[in-house]
Amino acid sequence: MNLALEPISTLRARLRGREICPRDILAAIRERVEELNLALNAYVHHDWDAAMAEADRADLSLPLGGIPVAIKDVISVRGQPCTCGSRILQGHVALYDATVIGNLRRSGAIPVGRLNMDEFAMGSSNENSFYGPCRNPWDTSRAPGGSSGGSAAAVAAGLAVAALGSDTGGSIRQPAAFCGCVGLKPTYGRVSRYGLVAFASSLDQIGPLTRTVEDAAIVLGAISGHDPADCTSVDTGVPDFAASLGGGVRGLRFGVPKEYFIPGMDPAVERAVRAAIDHLAHEGAEIVEISLPHTEHAIASYYIIAPAEASSNLARFDGVRYGHRAKDATDVIDCYAKTRQQGFGKEVKRRILLGTYVLSSGYYDAYYLRAQKVRTLMRRDFERAFETCDAILTPTAPSPAFKLGEKLDDPISMYLGDVFTIAVNMAGICGISLPCGFTGGAGARLPIGLQIIGKPFDEATILRVAHHYEQTTPWHRERPPL
Amino acid sequence: MSPMKTDYEPVIGLEVHCQVRTRSKMFCGCRTQFGEAPNALTCPVCLGHPGVLPVPNREAIVRTIQTGLLLSCDIDEFCKFDRKNYFYPDMPKNYQISQYDMPLCRGGGVTLDRFSFPKDAQDSPCAAARKRVRLTRIHLEEDVAKSTHFETTSGIDFNRAGTPLMEIVTEADIASPEEAFAFLTALRLMLVQAGVSDADMEKGQLRCDCNVSVRPRGQRAFGTKCEIKNMNSISGVRRALAYEIERQIEVLGAGGRITQETRRWDDGIGQTSTMRSKEEAHDYRYFPDPDLMPIKTSDGLLDEARTRLIELPIDRADRYTRAFEVTEYDASVLASDLDMALYFERASSGASNPKGIANYLLNDLLSALTSSGKVIADCPVRPEALRDLVSLIDGGKINSKQAKEVFKEMFETGAAPADIVKSRGLEQVSDTGAIEALARQAIDAHPGPAQDFLDGKASALNFLTGQVMKLSKGKANPKLASDIIERLLRSR
Repeated sequence: MNLALEPISTLRARLRGREICPRDILAAIRERVEELNLALNAYVHHDWDAAMAEADRADLSLPLGGIPVAIKDVISVRGQPCTCGSRILQGHVALYDATVIGNLRRSGAIPVGRLNMDEFAMGSSNENSFYGPCRNPWDTSRAPGGSSGGSAAAVAAGLAVAALGSDTGGSIRQPAAFCGCVGLKPTYGRVSRYGLVAFASSLDQIGPLTRTVEDAAIVLGAISGHDPADCTSVDTGVPDFAASLGGGVRGLRFGVPKEYFIPGMDPAVERAVRAAIDHLAHEGAEIVEISLPHTEHAIASYYIIAPAEASSNLARFDGVRYGHRAKDATDVIDCYAKTRQQGFGKEVKRRILLGTYVLSSGYYDAYYLRAQKVRTLMRRDFERAFETCDAILTPTAPSPAFKLGEKLDDPISMYLGDVFTIAVNMAGICGISLPCGFTGGAGARLPIGLQIIGKPFDEATILRVAHHYEQTTPWHRERPPL
Repeated sequence: MSPMKTDYEPVIGLEVHCQVRTRSKMFCGCRTQFGEAPNALTCPVCLGHPGVLPVPNREAIVRTIQTGLLLSCDIDEFCKFDRKNYFYPDMPKNYQISQYDMPLCRGGGVTLDRFSFPKDAQDSPCAAARKRVRLTRIHLEEDVAKSTHFETTSGIDFNRAGTPLMEIVTEADIASPEEAFAFLTALRLMLVQAGVSDADMEKGQLRCDCNVSVRPRGQRAFGTKCEIKNMNSISGVRRALAYEIERQIEVLGAGGRITQETRRWDDGIGQTSTMRSKEEAHDYRYFPDPDLMPIKTSDGLLDEARTRLIELPIDRADRYTRAFEVTEYDASVLASDLDMALYFERASSGASNPKGIANYLLNDLLSALTSSGKVIADCPVRPEALRDLVSLIDGGKINSKQAKEVFKEMFETGAAPADIVKSRGLEQVSDTGAIEALARQAIDAHPGPAQDFLDGKASALNFLTGQVMKLSKGKANPKLASDIIERLLRSR
């Protein structure tokens, strides 16, 4: 038995039975990281000694007592580097714990390592990382997805028991689909954003990446809850997600939006997702076709709102107080210019320019304000759908993992890959991706993701559906050929 | 021909930044205090570290609404915070959380009372006019840090960064440097009395930017304006405006044009100079701050602000002149210090001569406080005791000279005036029989002056009265003594 590959419930039982201690789990992970990280580049930093010391103090009676959880390099952990995959934050060590880190620690978990990502969470392939791309464990010539590529690859390859990622337009769900693991984007406001380095504040949300739905439910339960330090976190009760998993799907009604099966999508993806829908119907769910008519505007409006917020959020990276500072500047303005020129990568610069433009005087109404109106329409689409449906079933991404470099010079094609995930962020609702099959044919078998979209603050239902699907299909038992 | 100053009239609008008095900063829990070691009062939030989020300070919002209510502003039901984006080392996030199109307060105004004007302008007609300067808006934002420039480097102190800051914007209603002075004086007094701000300009708690233009008298359209910054006192604002108005008139009179720009006031040399031109003006790219929820003022904020309303100093002064018949000047002095005003009101309650109390308070009591380094709040003389003292004088029980002695002891010991009078045996003798005996004694002892009086030398009466006072050891009621002497002489 490799402890790095076991689900949380098993580890918890063995920890409590004193068969193993938290150090054993960390040692198993460390062994795999040392063996595989060179090929995968999932971790960009780790401090095993600190983690071991924390493991020794772990209270095993707590829900996650002694369980290590790996952290995307965008979430602040006191005393650890927090670089967001960017050169501009090289050398920056976080001064404080994000609220989710505090919550994890209070649940007994041990935050471990820093996981690779697209710079400032901008990207869908993990190629926009100062540390170089993370690789897909199913085929290391392919992208793990992004921006939480490191989180998905680490979990799928057994380099972590569970991981935290962040999702602004699909950054948890798409890499989970590409790497064949479970990724959940909670409802906006379910999880505190305090300590998550902001990309687009009105869209960002932290969530778990795990190998099983139950693990996702356990980690979500640990990180959720109202936080007075985040005004956008919502003061609503946190249900026992893990306890609500066993309900099955009989009597539930699922909507399948016709706009989510588009020309040009990979036939293998469509086949697998249709089969998954049929499977759920067979298991007793009612399937209805629905329409989310404003889906076609999702990407356009997202690429106004997200860059607009990002252009402002990333203004603080100027070399004055922390991180990289250009050495040869002549004055403060020159220092800003050179620091940011040197510190930011191409995609980040592209989005800052885009965002600066759409917020400029004279353009605000035409772009930002209009995009916000479209966003309202998209939210109404979902509200209408949820009047009759308990959840919505879609593919997570239109294709399986693509080759590294394949879309690097074609940002539009890269952006279009997020077509199925973005609307969930725009509407502020929750979504989960889990494996629903593999591509066949020649070459590597690549995982395919099923996305289940839920009502606001109804993570319990999508977890329950996902769990039932997982338990009645074989996909989650597949491991990447490493 | 050089232009006549009187051919032009200035048009002035002010933007006043005022630190709101709160224990903690606008969006984090750091203390707000002046004079701490650089960067001692900072945290990841006010340093703009990656991942931090703002949490608005409710108290600052309530105090801003309170200010708006005091200045008769309209308070909208929904307000919001926006981000004002520009790069500056003093700004930790390179954006400032401010309010753009939905500020906490709109409209309102400040009435200029005569005694808010500079002393040398209090007798001018415009000081008497009680002009109302209209406000455009008041919004709430966060203050920036403070840069200090050394020989080859610069230092930034973030202690001030994130302090709640109200921006009070006037309409272009101000017509002279003196009115600007009066506006700031009246506003400052109100802010301090309401407890909203300490408004100390030297500490940067109150800062003022002036927009000023001139136009030929009679012309409706505004001239090109300049913005003046960097004044650190209210009189500095007056001087800067006077200089700038004169400069603009000179430029226009010589056939030149005013360039729209921001100018810096140098108090030392008494001049303004170009700081940046309009071309360098920023596009602030305002947008609603996605980290903050809209403010609903009806959510208890407005109600709480309403419980903190005070009587405006100008209204209080008017009440004193009306109800207590004190002079306008005395009323404005009393109303300018809330502790003094409250002292006065307690002393005057039920008193027959509030005006006399005001006199005693503003003269004897104030100078005693000043020379002993005390403030009215720790005055050893209770307001009721002052009232009793004044009524002893008014009732002819003691004379004003004795009153000074009594007051001195009251101030030193806090004893009641009646007790002091009794213990010192100071009670004025108003017994006509006793005084008449002494008067006869005085007349008999000084036949010369007695005859002088009868010959028409009025001052002789004063001499004789003085003799009676001497004989009575100062206890005689001088007015009574004088009357009796006169009667005795005339009846001879």
